[in-house]
Amino acid sequence: MSSRLLNKLGLFFVALVLVSPAILFFLWMISLSLKFEIDNGAYPPILIPERFAWSNYAKVFEENNFLLYLWNSVLVTGTATLLALLIGVPAGYGIARLKAERSAIVIMIARMTPGLSYLIPLFLLFQWLGILGTLWPQIIIHLVVTVPIVVWVMIGYFETTPMELEEAANIDGASSWQVFRLVALPIAKPGIVVAFILSVIFSWNNFVFGVVLASRETRTLPVAVYNMLSYEQVSWGPLAAAALVVTLPVLVLTMFAQRQIVAGLTAGAVKGG
Amino acid sequence: MSAIAPERAGVTTQAIEGSQPVRLAPNYWPFVVPALVVVGAVIVFPWAFTLWMSVNSWTLGQSRSFAGMENYLRLASDPRFWESLWHTLTYTFLSVVAPMFFGTVAALIFDARFPLRGLLRGLFVMPMMATPVAVALVWTMMFHPQLGVLNYLLSLVGIPAQEWIFNANTVIPSLVAVETWQWTPLVMLIVLGGLASVPREPFESAEIDGANAWQQFRYLTLPMIAPFLMIAMIIRTIDALKSFDIIYAMTQGGPGTASETINIYLYNTAFSYYDMGYGSAMVVVFFIVIVALSFILLMLRQRTQWVDTEGK
Repeated sequence: MSSRLLNKLGLFFVALVLVSPAILFFLWMISLSLKFEIDNGAYPPILIPERFAWSNYAKVFEENNFLLYLWNSVLVTGTATLLALLIGVPAGYGIARLKAERSAIVIMIARMTPGLSYLIPLFLLFQWLGILGTLWPQIIIHLVVTVPIVVWVMIGYFETTPMELEEAANIDGASSWQVFRLVALPIAKPGIVVAFILSVIFSWNNFVFGVVLASRETRTLPVAVYNMLSYEQVSWGPLAAAALVVTLPVLVLTMFAQRQIVAGLTAGAVKGG
Repeated sequence: MSAIAPERAGVTTQAIEGSQPVRLAPNYWPFVVPALVVVGAVIVFPWAFTLWMSVNSWTLGQSRSFAGMENYLRLASDPRFWESLWHTLTYTFLSVVAPMFFGTVAALIFDARFPLRGLLRGLFVMPMMATPVAVALVWTMMFHPQLGVLNYLLSLVGIPAQEWIFNANTVIPSLVAVETWQWTPLVMLIVLGGLASVPREPFESAEIDGANAWQQFRYLTLPMIAPFLMIAMIIRTIDALKSFDIIYAMTQGGPGTASETINIYLYNTAFSYYDMGYGSAMVVVFFIVIVALSFILLMLRQRTQWVDTEGK
């Protein structure tokens, strides 16, 4: 009995070692964001400073238009995810019921295609259409990330939901659309939640599309934080604070929806971009 | 497609025959059409356009002219392209091997039961969810030769200070370290999914027969999770080949061109020099490289499965 306990403790410590790079990284990130310049330049480095520099966070929002960029990120990710759910959930259903494995190959190819290969043609197209100054180019191109994720998760989900109810409804004279909306969709709610979360995360994190398509007014948060690094003389504190602000929504989402995310990723193993 | 979900093939074949009486089958195509239209617009159109662009010579702001194979020939004799191809392959190889190793080890640990397992697993998954640019930014600070925390940690164990991403010789391994830090969790999750499907019984009889832990892993666990390892490897290969955010945000291909992968060179060609024709040709070649490598791995995967069924 006691050797089993010892065994479990041993496993716990090995797991702790494996997790430590993640824990230490995020601790250090928080530490950097809460230190004044003098503490960030100290040697040996200081983990917990005597005075916390909360002003770093205030600075991020005051000096860099961060509220606008936050709003841009919400709009781009939100619209791209909603559009993806609107077309991706029915598509996942259709593909699962048609057993159209081949149409799913399109999604695999979408995954293999480097993001930049969409950018050259679409950049030229958007320029020609004269919509480069708006958020639409980014919303449209984010569909490349969100649609495959949603379709992929939903195929996996609909394949595991039982057919009997749908067949019964079908015999009772319900149309395909009614069967989908009234029978299949309610059962698939947990799958839709997984698709939503993963789509939000990978769209939010996307950088390459924004760096090409965003202008000064249409930057999303990852682009804004990158620009802070390259074009402005900023000290480490505010920079780390900005990085934390960008990634915090995603990390919070991960913490709260850990179970769903793990389920979704193990089933489909998806990643956008 | 079956590349990614080995369990899926089984599900489909079960349901095909049997339960279909003489009745008008419901029409499912209308559900798929909107997605096909969107995919066509955002994926197929760009591809057609890219192919067309790649046989044209066009720098933005100048006039476009048909160039035939000129862009491709230029690629073949472009030393910077060959160099970037080599960087891409090195980076990809290391960024597959390291996460595969750590991810498999982590999966074996997290498959067992121990206190606070759920919490630790949640923390372990965090890096792959974090915004890559934000991550890259903090790593850049940690890699700083004078003020970075990593050199301080090295000094504690008596290792001399490194220049990390600021030195041409260490820049790729340093970037791989970040890539490994971020994407090991994905490998862990896929392998963990595989381990969950492994039956208990063979291990019990192996235990009775006196097999030790290593033998059980080598002759039971490993063959059974082999398909999942292959899936993880294929996904990791594709993602590492395409890696952009971390490299671009941390080094932009530098110092000099020491960490310039195809993806970065491509970006610079198209969006710094606005050489759209040449950039398009590069995209086409890059895509062929990705498909070729994925295809090789897929073939390997078929073989591992075949060996599996032979063994049973």
